[in-house]
Amino acid sequence: MPDLLVADLSRWQFALTAMYHFLFVPLTLGLSMMLVVMEGAYVMTGKEVWKKITKFWATLFGINFVLGVATGITMEFQFGTNWAYYSHYVGDIFGAPLAIEGLMAFFLEATFVGLMFFGWGKLSRPAHWMVTCMVALGSNLSALWILIANGWMQHPVGSEFNPETMRMEVTNFMEVLFNPVAQAKFVHTVSAGYVTASAFVLAVSCWYLLRGRHLGLAKRSIMVASAFGVLSAASVIVLGDESGYVAGESQKFKLAAIEAMWETEPAPASFTAVGWPDREAKETHFAIQIPYVLGLIATRSLDEEVQGLDDLVDEAKARIGNGIAAYDALQRIRANPEDAAAQEAFNATREDLGHAFLLTRYVDDPRQATPEQIDAAAEDLVPNVAMTFWGFRFMVGIGFLFLAIFGAGFYFMNLRRNVPRWFMHVAVWAAPLPWLAAELGWIVAEVGRQPWIIDGVLPTHLGVSSLSASQVITTMVGFTLIYGVLLIIEMRLMLRAIRLGPGGGPVVPLGGGGVSDALGISEPAAPNNNVFDK
Amino acid sequence: MEIPFDFMTLKVIWWGLLGVLLMGFALTDGYDLGVASLLPFVAKKDEERRLVINSIGPMWEGHQVWLILGGGAIFAAWPLVYAVSFSGFYIAMFVVLAALILRPVGFKYRSKIEGAKWRSGWDWALFIGGFIPALIFGVAVGNALLGVPFQLDDTMRMTYEGGLVMGLLNLLTPFALLAGLVSVTMLVTHGAAWLSLKIEKGVVRDRATKIGAWAALATLVLYALAGIYLAFGVEGYRITNEVDPNMLPNPLRKEAEMATGAWLANYGRYPWMILAPLAGLGGAVLAFMGHRKQSPLAMVGSSLSIAGIVLSVGASMFPFILPSSIDPQSSLTVWDSSSSHFTLFFMLVMAVIFVPIILAYTAWVYKVLWGRLTTAEATGADGEHAY
Ligand code: HDD
Ligand code: HEM
Ligand code: HEM
Repeated sequence: MPDLLVADLSRWQFALTAMYHFLFVPLTLGLSMMLVVMEGAYVMTGKEVWKKITKFWATLFGINFVLGVATGITMEFQFGTNWAYYSHYVGDIFGAPLAIEGLMAFFLEATFVGLMFFGWGKLSRPAHWMVTCMVALGSNLSALWILIANGWMQHPVGSEFNPETMRMEVTNFMEVLFNPVAQAKFVHTVSAGYVTASAFVLAVSCWYLLRGRHLGLAKRSIMVASAFGVLSAASVIVLGDESGYVAGESQKFKLAAIEAMWETEPAPASFTAVGWPDREAKETHFAIQIPYVLGLIATRSLDEEVQGLDDLVDEAKARIGNGIAAYDALQRIRANPEDAAAQEAFNATREDLGHAFLLTRYVDDPRQATPEQIDAAAEDLVPNVAMTFWGFRFMVGIGFLFLAIFGAGFYFMNLRRNVPRWFMHVAVWAAPLPWLAAELGWIVAEVGRQPWIIDGVLPTHLGVSSLSASQVITTMVGFTLIYGVLLIIEMRLMLRAIRLGPGGGPVVPLGGGGVSDALGISEPAAPNNNVFDK
Repeated sequence: MEIPFDFMTLKVIWWGLLGVLLMGFALTDGYDLGVASLLPFVAKKDEERRLVINSIGPMWEGHQVWLILGGGAIFAAWPLVYAVSFSGFYIAMFVVLAALILRPVGFKYRSKIEGAKWRSGWDWALFIGGFIPALIFGVAVGNALLGVPFQLDDTMRMTYEGGLVMGLLNLLTPFALLAGLVSVTMLVTHGAAWLSLKIEKGVVRDRATKIGAWAALATLVLYALAGIYLAFGVEGYRITNEVDPNMLPNPLRKEAEMATGAWLANYGRYPWMILAPLAGLGGAVLAFMGHRKQSPLAMVGSSLSIAGIVLSVGASMFPFILPSSIDPQSSLTVWDSSSSHFTLFFMLVMAVIFVPIILAYTAWVYKVLWGRLTTAEATGADGEHAY
């Protein structure tokens, strides 16, 4: 049995590096699509201003993009370095989407991204636009394949355990590819990226308006961002609801944790809008409930029950018992592969094999487990309720907030042709929120999956490599330092590029205090009065 | 569904594709690593450095995907190899990753700010991002030839000898360091060949070809030394029972032992395999001559030598992929560490569809960017984007 401390450290390291990677991914996903729109406008109208706009946002895209790439490399190898047993156990299925992501998405986008920057003078207008399209296509396909991989961890379909090789093997790739969880995750995550990029473009443009600079660029960018943003925010909400629905079907513990449903309620269940989930007391204090709504969201009906955590734990005890029988049969098959009785016993119980592994936290051989240990293992199946409950509520709140912001932006810019100053301030200050929502979304998804690394198949603590704690601590400190320094540099360059504005300009230090000064960012000497600002 | 190839054939095909991936990486990203390792030595002034950096600026990102695809494809086709090698070389992997993280940022951020300190800082980052991976990849291959101290238990859980410090120090044996040096000199030769092809005539190109010639010579000598060392000083591995190449992948079904000279056995059995090391040596000679004359021959030579060296490692070890030095039975071989029959087939279909497409658009991008790079272009003096 692997070391539980190493397992916890590896989880921390994975969470750290994945969440860091996901600081850059959403902007790449969304901004690449917006570049397609903006450059599309240039190709169609031939107006130089659109070229200038495209190039400006492409500069910011580039600063962000390279860190997505740099941190993605870590991710690609981390399953092998820190989750070696996991890699052996599910590589037959999980490895495939990762490899296809390389073949189909990374090559496409990484090969064309250089040309996107270097090819302006070398390509015709439509050819360059095609190159930009390939970059956007590549990054969005990359999200598709990684989410097929992640979706399979959440809902492992199309696969079966093989006693001879001691691992999961694929039985049907089509089921893996068309996994409903993966599809829902993909569309929701990609829309979240579009929201992030729209919010970013909107905020930078409003900041220019507040300063009275680059008005031409800013107004046109707000038009694109608010239109794109309304659509994306609407789809993030609709498709997020879909995510919740499929999670409700496949991951009952996660859904119950998100809703802090300690006990099963008669259908249709009410929705707890806010409250204080208390793990010890198994209840939610100060709950404000909205009748019927949860039943509708989770089951899309008025008469199906949503199961509470207490019921689920009871069911799990039976599955653990079944799992012990599967484990016993597996041992007999491995001792004698010809043992037909063992084969039969295994086939009857194989679905629950993973549940027996939950006991390895407490005993080496699950067959020796006491009833108290079985109870404890079943209790372990309840994920962290407070994190999932609150993470979900903040994410949803931010989703609705942005629907409102983009809606207002669209109304002011495209219909009234006049953006009030208060709105500009709101847009600037709300800019970091989509990142927060995206990170919280992952926390809901991944913490809600615990204690499984593959839902129902392999517990997280068994997936780790046989490393020493000092090894994992060393790399974790190392990544934290490198990533920390790079993040500071990235933010400085990003803010600097924003200050310089389109076309750059001579640089002198700024001296008026404020965030940008604290970060040591300089500003152009004179307002940049180029023709496009008229 | 009926799978049109038997399991054994697919295992051998995927073993071949492993070689293709390694060569794809070494031939493309290899010259980026070589160029980055040369950076401080061939370019002294800022505009010289920009010339060198921009010679690989637009393409290195696509090349790097060979490495990433390598990770993904080994995961999909050889899950045990992916699991054992990356966790077994844990700290070394971290060092490689840390170095590789610096590369994308170095390229993109260096030119964003003028300032000697800022730029020379990123120059060092780029150098580390080239030199360290080149060295460690070679050391890793050397260790694969020596065997890695790991063991599989009955549930296929892998454990290793050596912790935080020894895990790293154990890798640095004389033979492995020799292999690391071969890797560095071979990629530096290749990087110099790229500079010789890509940048305008002048002092930088002269320096590059001069170093390139020396590096080619060093590759020749060090590679020959490594071969002799391998023949007389390194114990190879061999399988001692009958294994069915069509077996379900389970390493514990075989028996294996260490034996001096076992890594040369394949050359006796299949004499044509000797072509691989000959190409390694011959390519280095060609590269040397090419660099002396500043001709494109250097690129032909360095490519040939890389292909030969990579193939010779595979030829020596077949069917072993990752032998275990503490428990030869746990060694991973072509027959017992692949993924399932169906996954190998499915992934082969994917590779057959996508690799030609990738090669086609990469070729198109090369065509668009064709031509010698001038200092004016590289410094953005003609108004274009440059690093
Ligand atoms: C800008 C970011 C953002 C915003 C505004 C929202 N989400 Fe979200 N959400 C994500 C970004 C995100 C994400 C980062 O993309 C996640 C993490 C894992 C995943 O697949 O997507 C996610 C996961 C996620 C999950 C968990 C899926 C799982 O467990 O696999 C649910 C149920 C929702 N979301 C639902 C919503 C709803 C109903 C929203 C609005 C009303 C919403 N999200 C807004
Ligand atoms: C990029 C966005 C992602 C974020 C922000 C994220 C977040 C997290 C978090 C917070 C944890 C820790 C959960 C806990 O143990 O408490 C975690 C664990 C993990 N996630 Fe994700 N995740 C992301 C993407 C993915 C993807 C795409 C995969 C798989 C393809 C994945 C696989 C894992 C694994 C293997 C662990 C470690 C084991 C575990 O604790 O469950 N993650 N992730
Ligand atoms: C935890 C599993 C993940 C792994 C193994 C992974 C791997 C990678 C790698 C290797 C890169 C660099 C590619 C290059 O060189 O071009 C990258 C970048 C990127 N990843 Fe991730 N990633 C993970 C999570 C995610 C998630 C959850 C998403 C999206 C929803 C995502 C989307 C992207 C995007 C859009 C990029 C931008 C750069 C690019 O595609 O090249 N990744 N990732």
